[in-house]
Amino acid sequence: MLARQKMPQQDPKIRRANFKEVALGFSNEQAVEEAKRCLQCKKPKCVEGCPVEVKIPDFIKHVANGDFDSAIKEIKTVNALPAVCGRVCPQETQCEASCILKKKGEPVSIGRLERFVSDIELAKGVEKPQKPKPTGKKVAIVGSGPAGLTAAADLARMGHSVTIFEALHASGGVLTYGIPEFRLPKTIVNAEVEYVKKLGVTILLDSVIGKIETVDDLLLDFDAVFLGTGAGLPVFMNIDGENLNGVYSANEFLTRVNLMKSYRFPEYDTPVRKGKRVIVVGGGNVAMDSARCALRLGADEVTIVYRRGEEEMPARAEEIEHAKEEGIQFRLLTNPVRIHGDARNWVTHIECINMYLCEPDGSGRCKPMPLAGSEHKIEADVVIIAIGTSPNPLVPRTTSGLEMSKHGTVVAKENGETTKKGVYAGGDAVTGAATVISAMGAGKIAARAIDDYLKTK
Amino acid sequence: MPFTILKKQELVPTIYLMDINAPRIAKKAQPGQFVILRIDETGERIPLTIADFDRKKGTITMIFQAVGKTTTKLSTLKTGDAILDFIGPLGNPAHIENEGTVILVGGGVGVAPIFPQARAFKEAGNKVLSIIGARSANLLLWEDRMREVSDELYITTDDGTKEHHGFVTDIVKKILESGTKVDRVIAIGPPVMMRAVAGVTRPFNVKTVVSLNSIMVDGTGMCGACRVLVGNETKFACVDGPEFDAHLVDFTLLMNRLSMYQPEEKLAFEKYKCVREGCKC
Repeated sequence: MLARQKMPQQDPKIRRANFKEVALGFSNEQAVEEAKRCLQCKKPKCVEGCPVEVKIPDFIKHVANGDFDSAIKEIKTVNALPAVCGRVCPQETQCEASCILKKKGEPVSIGRLERFVSDIELAKGVEKPQKPKPTGKKVAIVGSGPAGLTAAADLARMGHSVTIFEALHASGGVLTYGIPEFRLPKTIVNAEVEYVKKLGVTILLDSVIGKIETVDDLLLDFDAVFLGTGAGLPVFMNIDGENLNGVYSANEFLTRVNLMKSYRFPEYDTPVRKGKRVIVVGGGNVAMDSARCALRLGADEVTIVYRRGEEEMPARAEEIEHAKEEGIQFRLLTNPVRIHGDARNWVTHIECINMYLCEPDGSGRCKPMPLAGSEHKIEADVVIIAIGTSPNPLVPRTTSGLEMSKHGTVVAKENGETTKKGVYAGGDAVTGAATVISAMGAGKIAARAIDDYLKTK
Repeated sequence: MPFTILKKQELVPTIYLMDINAPRIAKKAQPGQFVILRIDETGERIPLTIADFDRKKGTITMIFQAVGKTTTKLSTLKTGDAILDFIGPLGNPAHIENEGTVILVGGGVGVAPIFPQARAFKEAGNKVLSIIGARSANLLLWEDRMREVSDELYITTDDGTKEHHGFVTDIVKKILESGTKVDRVIAIGPPVMMRAVAGVTRPFNVKTVVSLNSIMVDGTGMCGACRVLVGNETKFACVDGPEFDAHLVDFTLLMNRLSMYQPEEKLAFEKYKCVREGCKC
């Protein structure tokens, strides 16, 4: 069996001080070699692992033949954001997890090949897609994150007139405000957004639905509405000291760094506190992103504090690996109980307790329990809370007849249909915080359901 | 759709009025709400309270004091120039009903957001007692507009250059001590002033409302930069406020959090002044 191609990447010692992309992408030769590893299974398991049903063996075959144009065309029939997916999808738990090669060794680098062909196309200039015959139906999409962009692209391809309403001043949702430049360059996000616009989608920025217009208002102008409002509300731990200066939600920290480009302060006006000793609480991708941003802002020491063990960390394996290579410290089985500050309200240290794992709980993971008497202090001048997010209530609170769960998520059927006629929802707004690709999958499914609904109207 | 400046006026030294073309926001704006703006691509997002709105003309009026880099830069823009991003109306509208007698307190640039509330309380049938204060007579804002919508208008100046020599709280206290039945007090101004008003009204047990000017980024509940402690509960000023019960607000925390980026703000402002004034540092 051919060996899996190694992804060229920036040296950890260098990249820990810059915001440039970590993974550099395959060369043409590497891509072809990697593609040749694919067994071209008759019943490809990988496709079943893909929430947006990319015909993986077909596009890989084109790559193996050196026909990169056909490869990207194949992907784009179903996936409007391949350069994003190739970078941020958790392939190891999806397509690559089901790859037959994995049984004997390492799976085909599906994500990296997807990224490769997308980048080739972006470098050449994206071909203008053909516009279908207009149906005369209008759909409003709330939120321009992965769910909204995917639903918009698919609905536009079906011939509907689509308008996206975005609350922030830039498109992309979490792809823009959340995921850092070194993992997903904003030029890539912008290029994918441009492609969606080329499909005929209009994007209205600076439009906070629930404020400037309600969903009920939108239904007067549009035949259907899709809610892709994400899970943008930060969750705090509700412990003492969380309102001290220097304590951030990961959302705020990342929004300042990524959306507002505070890593380029004072060239960009938005400041962010550059800590020397930074603690990040949490074990997901957002925690890894926050830690690695803090490091790049110039911290001497960045420590991840996580209440479970490494096995239980929800972050992508590659992100944990990259964080370690860059020198991020991990304090596992540790949980903060209190944050301490000085007289000027600035954080000075956090008090933690050691944890141990017992029986698996409802999440299938072992429940962490505090170890009495193990309290200890860790110095910090910046603390970032990255323990999760929940859906923003701005839209649900202002929409009549939209049922919500007790967790604040929108209640929707498998196909995205909500309890309000003509209103569909998908992504983190429905599931709570999950992945980019599952949100895209939900956007795709909802687009089909909306199309069916519009045919009956 | 450009957010063009249709009118710009320096009302008093360092305090400016701007009418912005924003018909979609003007259609929905209510007293008590705010906007977030970003001047240009490298700009920060800052919240400004809506001082007035004209649904017919499609304009939002904002009044701001040039104190740091962003507000100073904003003050250099002219009629016809455009602001890159203008987002709103954000926050909850002020609670305006016929309460009976209300005292409206505006301090410094806080007179601007107090005005639409004074007008709305008057229209709702209240007896409106307004107190507006400034450091000095030449910095006093909108005296004429406030007089139009108030049954009684009191003016205070810190230096005694106009009417009462002292603070707005002196008048609030005098009214309450005179035995006038006051049903509600609304105070908008610097945090020290709002805290002082809360302190004066507390013993009289008069419902007092303040509008909090926390640091914000998105203004939609996404980041939590604006968190404030109200009755020992953490709230987001942007979506839970900006108005809160003054007797429950932890003003010390508010002021501490407002000072979070003082060194950075100073640096940015100095660099800006350097570039503008052409120094070689």
